[in-house]
Amino acid sequence: MGAKKKPKTDLTVLRIEGEMTIFRAAELGPVLLDTSGPVEIDLSAVSDIDTAGLQLLMMAKKTALAQDRSLHLVGHSPAVTDLFERFNVTAYFGDPLVIAPRADGPSKRRSAAANAEH
Amino acid sequence: MELDASLAIFVTECRDLLADMESALLSVEQSDAPDELVNAIFRAAHTIKGSSGLFGLDHVVAFTHVVESVLDRVRCGELPIADGLVVLLLSCRDHLEALIDKVAGGRVEPDPALSTEGEPLLVALRAYLAPAQPAASSATGVQPLPATAPDAGTFERIPDDAVGSDHWHLSLRFSPDVLRNGMDPLSFFGFMDTLGHIVHIATLADALPDAQSMDPETCYLGFEVSYRSDASKDDIESIFEFVRDDSQITILPPHSRIDEYIRLIEQQAEPARLGEMLVRCGTLTQRELDRALATQEAQAVHGAQVGPGAETTAAIGTILVEQGSVTPQVVDAALQRQKQTRDAAAHENRSIRVDADKLDQLINLVGELIIAGASVNLIAHRTRITELQESTSKLSTLVEEVRDSALQLRMVKIGATFSRFQRVVHDVSRDLGKDIGLVIDGEDTELDKTVIEKISDPLMHLVRNAMDHGIESAELRADRGKPAQGTLRLNAFHDSGSIVITVEDDGGGLDRERILAKAVERGLVESGHALSDAEVYALIFEPGFSTAEKVTNLSGRGVGLDVVKRNITELRGTVELSSVAGQSTTVTVRLPLTLAIIDGFLVGVGKSVFALPLDMIEECVAFSSERGHNYTNLRGQVLPFIRLRELFRVRGQPTRGENIVVLKHGEQRAGVVVDTLLGEFQTVIKPLGPMFGHVRCVSGSTILGSGEVALILDAPALIQRGIQGNRNGPSSEQRLLEEHVA
Repeated sequence: MGAKKKPKTDLTVLRIEGEMTIFRAAELGPVLLDTSGPVEIDLSAVSDIDTAGLQLLMMAKKTALAQDRSLHLVGHSPAVTDLFERFNVTAYFGDPLVIAPRADGPSKRRSAAANAEH
Repeated sequence: MELDASLAIFVTECRDLLADMESALLSVEQSDAPDELVNAIFRAAHTIKGSSGLFGLDHVVAFTHVVESVLDRVRCGELPIADGLVVLLLSCRDHLEALIDKVAGGRVEPDPALSTEGEPLLVALRAYLAPAQPAASSATGVQPLPATAPDAGTFERIPDDAVGSDHWHLSLRFSPDVLRNGMDPLSFFGFMDTLGHIVHIATLADALPDAQSMDPETCYLGFEVSYRSDASKDDIESIFEFVRDDSQITILPPHSRIDEYIRLIEQQAEPARLGEMLVRCGTLTQRELDRALATQEAQAVHGAQVGPGAETTAAIGTILVEQGSVTPQVVDAALQRQKQTRDAAAHENRSIRVDADKLDQLINLVGELIIAGASVNLIAHRTRITELQESTSKLSTLVEEVRDSALQLRMVKIGATFSRFQRVVHDVSRDLGKDIGLVIDGEDTELDKTVIEKISDPLMHLVRNAMDHGIESAELRADRGKPAQGTLRLNAFHDSGSIVITVEDDGGGLDRERILAKAVERGLVESGHALSDAEVYALIFEPGFSTAEKVTNLSGRGVGLDVVKRNITELRGTVELSSVAGQSTTVTVRLPLTLAIIDGFLVGVGKSVFALPLDMIEECVAFSSERGHNYTNLRGQVLPFIRLRELFRVRGQPTRGENIVVLKHGEQRAGVVVDTLLGEFQTVIKPLGPMFGHVRCVSGSTILGSGEVALILDAPALIQRGIQGNRNGPSSEQRLLEEHVA
């Protein structure tokens, strides 16, 4: 549980651990939105994410775009992948997600989730 | 976060629904219109499933889903609603109640022990489903939500030729508070998966504000969903029942006319994007969209000319059907939905839920108001200012009305308590192997909520007792020439300021001799003592008394009836038994209507003032009797009486012109001799301290206008004492005769 900032030259790496849900939205909000310069958000340790969490990520992306900064999401955990596919928001972030967005059917989805774990 | 508050509402609603479900299940076999009841049961299950889904209670959803599937088959006439199924469904209802209780206790996760209990029920339920459809794999429980999708088949109710090829389109703009209220759009989608298949969700982030003004707990996202489902429109609408009020939710059925989409596009703040979304969702083709946007302008002009509201809803419905744009089922569903919502709204208007504590506080305040009012009255009276007296008397009338309506708020119909016994009778008669029917009368009789709460356990005992000991086995009934089905009657009615509840069975009656023998054996009475029937029967309420020859797991342990009596006495009530050998036994419970404020009547003895419940007073007459007698002649009838002066050892000599207050309780009557009659008084009952718990003939105290304390007399106890006091001397008739002769 926690969100750590690891400054590395001018790239800010945010690693979010634990759940990204409504219960932590108020805590995570400022951390995600109060950044400058290029940002990389590491989602590999996100155990659970809900609409509130997604909204925060979208917000961060939108802010970054508006300020002409780069913001990348990396290491999508299975929970994140599932949610992105459900809401079809992968394109919104434009980051290479290990797999292509789901077209239809749960079967493909499951294999996608499996891929993400590899 | 208001999660707890909405969860509490959910639990309350579920319990109500489960109660409805139970009563419907119990009467469905006898009913003339079983369809309606089956529908009610189905709706209850469906709503519980729906709202559980919203709270992410997957285990409840999974279980209810199977129940619902079986009910759906019953509803379609594929399954007869037979005895076995009713019993099974009742057990399922109980299981659901247990699940909900766990949720109420704060456990949102499935409880392993309960899940194990639920397994056999699920197996039994699936047996009913088996012939038509292989057991739904999703029903076993706690799998990730998307896996619950393949159940759509169960909901195939509307025969629609175009199934599968077309999609519903849902446009969802949830209220900003939806996340804060604990309802994540994800759970709605999860629940939609159980009704059909979500083809595509397009997420709209256009409403996201600037980073600075964003509240991370507010929902800014909008969703356009294309959805494939055979469910009816009201089923889909009901998914969003909990959030519909403050959210913008548009549901377009398959084959909706292009106009509908135009209207949808117009409604949204982000019109251009929405058009794209519709295309992306596969709801509209690009060509259709272009045509739609092109006609939009023309329509706007046309719309302005016609003017709004020219046609009625029904007419619009018909037109839509004629044009082939909407299937009749959709219109039906929509109209029915409207009606339901209207009914529900009307119902909501008529009743609100209020915290019982708030009511208690109101009653307390009214009590204080009455006491304060009494003191104002007294002072006004002393000042001898007519105007002041007039206004205070007007004030007291109002206070009295306030009191009555405040007390009325606490009055609850006893019907709900009675109908709970339907289930008890159903279950117990099954356990005992007896065929017993329950007849309920007077369910509209109202009494204080506190009294109802406290009386339901004692009543339960009496009902069980009557079924176990009262009603004979079928063979014995046949021998005695009675109908095979035993009858238990519950009745309630008002009688002189008290409520009377009777529990009557048409069984073997009480065996006077056996009770007496047992009582002698237990040393409760001495042998050779002449006792009236009522006194003998009353013995079975003594602790440790049971005449049942064998102990069953229901009753017969001799624990119970004494507790019943104690509970009823604590409520200032009485219990009596009467019996006709071989025919029936009736238990009569008498309770005061309310525990808080009564109309009292003040009497004075020496300097002390006492209050009597006005409802128990039949009349007041001037006292005339020779000294030493404790009975008088009231218009040719013997009236035993008791002297308050002697009873409470009040000092001083009785004044001339004493009065008798005639009290009546049930069939019994007795007089109370007092010095003066002081008139009516609104009496706020204040309990006496536990120190005085054993004082007989006094039930509480009240505060007078002057600030003095007056004791409230316990009329039934006084009557008992009056009658018993007489029994010791020669019989009263004899004495009366002597007096006449003299």
